Amino acid sequence: MNNFFKILLSAPFSAKVGMIIITFYLVVAIFAPLIAPYGEYYLATPIAYEVWSSDYWLGTDNLGRDMLSRLIYGARNTLGLALTITILAFLLGGILGMTAAALGGWVDQLLSRVNDVFMAIPSLIFALLILSIFGTSIPYLIGTIVILDATRVFRIARATAMNVAVMDYVEVARLRGEKLGWVIRREILPNIAAPLLAEFGLRFCFVFLFLSALSFLGLGIQPPTADWGSMVRESSTLIAYGDITPLIPAAAIAVLTVAVNFVVDWMLHRSSGLKDVS
Amino acid sequence: MLVDRKDNSGSESEPLLQMKGLRIEGLSESGWQEIVCGINLELKRGEILGLIGESGAGKSTIGLAAMGYARDGCRIFEGEIIFDGIELRSASESQKRQLRGTRIAYVAQSAAAAFNPAHRLLDQYVEGPVAHGMLSLERAKEKGRALYRSLDLPDPDNIGERWPHQVSGGQLQRMMVAMAMSCEPDLIIFDEPTTALDVTTQIEVLKTIKEIVVDRNVAAIYVTHDLAVVAQMADHLMVLRHGKLVEVNSTGQILKSPQQEYTRNLLGARSRDEKTPTQIPNPQTLLSIDSVTAGYGKGPDILQDISILVERGQTVAVVGESGSGKSTLARVITGLLPTRSGGVSFQGELLPAALNQRQKQQLQKVQMIYQLPDVALNPRQRVRDVIGRPLSFYLGLKGKEKESRIKELLRQIELPENFIDRFPDELSGGEKQRICIARALAAEPELIICDEVTSALDSIVAKAILNLLQRLQNELGLTYLFISHDLDTVASIADQVVVLYAGRIAEQGPKSAVFQPPFHPYTRLLLSSVPEMRQGWLEETLSSRETQAGIAREVKITEKGCPFVERCPVSIEDTCAHARPPIQTTASSGHTFACQHSAKVLLEESEQ
Repeated sequence: MNNFFKILLSAPFSAKVGMIIITFYLVVAIFAPLIAPYGEYYLATPIAYEVWSSDYWLGTDNLGRDMLSRLIYGARNTLGLALTITILAFLLGGILGMTAAALGGWVDQLLSRVNDVFMAIPSLIFALLILSIFGTSIPYLIGTIVILDATRVFRIARATAMNVAVMDYVEVARLRGEKLGWVIRREILPNIAAPLLAEFGLRFCFVFLFLSALSFLGLGIQPPTADWGSMVRESSTLIAYGDITPLIPAAAIAVLTVAVNFVVDWMLHRSSGLKDVS
Repeated sequence: MLVDRKDNSGSESEPLLQMKGLRIEGLSESGWQEIVCGINLELKRGEILGLIGESGAGKSTIGLAAMGYARDGCRIFEGEIIFDGIELRSASESQKRQLRGTRIAYVAQSAAAAFNPAHRLLDQYVEGPVAHGMLSLERAKEKGRALYRSLDLPDPDNIGERWPHQVSGGQLQRMMVAMAMSCEPDLIIFDEPTTALDVTTQIEVLKTIKEIVVDRNVAAIYVTHDLAVVAQMADHLMVLRHGKLVEVNSTGQILKSPQQEYTRNLLGARSRDEKTPTQIPNPQTLLSIDSVTAGYGKGPDILQDISILVERGQTVAVVGESGSGKSTLARVITGLLPTRSGGVSFQGELLPAALNQRQKQQLQKVQMIYQLPDVALNPRQRVRDVIGRPLSFYLGLKGKEKESRIKELLRQIELPENFIDRFPDELSGGEKQRICIARALAAEPELIICDEVTSALDSIVAKAILNLLQRLQNELGLTYLFISHDLDTVASIADQVVVLYAGRIAEQGPKSAVFQPPFHPYTRLLLSSVPEMRQGWLEETLSSRETQAGIAREVKITEKGCPFVERCPVSIEDTCAHARPPIQTTASSGHTFACQHSAKVLLEESEQ
């Protein structure tokens, strides 16, 4: 544990900033009910689009709900959903990718070609299609994006696992008679964990942006649940009148993306084994 | 042309290169550490200096420092490097760049990694002289072709138009030597130029280097860990250890009367020390390979009709050049590559051809040790897990019992018990190989397949590993199938020898019968190609008939006739290329070889 903090402290400035921002988002998301001045759906005032004031720090939205509270709850909903989707995508894509690399042959061919087919469909169009056919419930939303992102995870997991699978120590394990699961879990996974972890951060950003994009189009998280993408859409007309309120949820998305990228950059640099020569 | 040297630059007695009190530091986890500690060196025009030592001795670092260069993470922090009156440490980057390539050239260990695979060979050759504005493109190409011709490269006019992957490893290394000559430098630095090559290929490269360096009167620094090789080349030898000078003297003196204990060890590690054959009261066949034919995918048969018997408690060595099918044989025995025909029996029981059909017990009895311990150990597993896994997997050991058995195994391989918590990157190459041996032992096997287990190690470390294997065999009654291209290693450990050539058995039998005297022309070529620890060996060997016929040819796999025909000094026209060589026997029992000539004829031939 001590070691872990030492590594964190050795991080460059940008990564530290990133980590502080991510921690801030997490705290806000976890303690949303304690921090937010009003409830998520609470109609605080009959006046829609109220300007910034001491009662409503960021004004109110089209139904007179407090923007700040919605923003805080939005962190919870959007982040939670994005995290769930990314984890599921990594489980699916990672396991399949490592299996393909470890087994090779026709299993690899089959999985890779099916993966190619999914990758060939433009993801936004694929998502719009599925969601407009099956409706926009959360399970379908999760399922669609998980499949789309798992294809990318499959690619990177397979490619990195391929490099490990040709190592003699994997052959030793196979010669010993180890089962596939053991080979993947004990021989391959520990050696590709670093690039996968870095990819996890990046993938999380993409999922997050994709979710926001879908919400902006009205196919993502459905009202009345607070979500940054739909908040931008609902108040987007304000921009025409010189009110910067719609930019705030957009900025929340942007800042988190930048922060995650700072941390990921650092982790990629560490996993690549490059040393800084002073 | 190349022959006329720049004799106007400096007198003969002035040293071309001088290093005074050179100190170089390298960056490690714990900060800067000295890796070269105060080396003095002097090199005159036309002289060759050999730098010898184990890995980590700092020899490559000194070689690079001769160009005023330090690798990333290294820095030259004290001393002078004077090349022909120019102090390289204070020289500007552009001045040094001008020197490198034009007056100082560098030949790396792996030509395959040093050539750019995306450019033709001749285009890479001309890059130096053209970039430095010494020659026009046309003129440089012309000179390149002339140099290829004078080095006896095949098809010298067109070989430069090929891509790096289209020529063999030995040829590529020779092209690399030729490239170093493209600007006619005064000094060439050779960094282990033949270490990765077979003995027969090594000879061609040594010949090329000798032609270039000796005949053209270039000064050279030859970095290697192989004393026998450098003895053919160098005027002076410098023995290094841990960045410090051990001994420096003329080559003859070092070979004849080494002053330091460490130098004697180095000399001793290379000298052949023969194993007396293991006597077994009741020979019992452990492994039998019956007319096995195997190959990859839809490709040709890499192994053709191989039959080998391995007796319990013995060491059978399989020797041959790269491409002879040695490692494929190991893959067939372990079941990684199913046979096309024929079968492998273990303790009289036919093993299923494919790995996944074999039972746990069958897998347990055959274990394998690999050439590169770095990639044979998972970098994320501690020694405890590496050795412990076979214990729990095959024998079901747990907890304290397992722990004590791991420690016992560590003692057996002569490593301290506290190594149990180390990761592989906290171990040296030799220690890693010991852990691999312990992992194999943990399964309590009958047969251990050793695939080039000492090839990647320094000679002293390699010798210790061989001694360990020998001791374990005596104590535990193990049987080894020992795959190697290094005949010294084979001579020191084998009871039986199998010589493979292009996927077929050229000769097999008891070691004494196969090597003394060698019958098959290929065995003779292999034996004569092993560098001997004396000066003048290279010249003698190059003038011998075997070498003249046998070097600089590629191994070809053929369906009919004898695959060795093109390299054979005694081949019979028409017959050898078409008819399969019959199996000949000799007076010693179990000794057979495949040749059109009988043992008597070959013996007379070799005595001529």
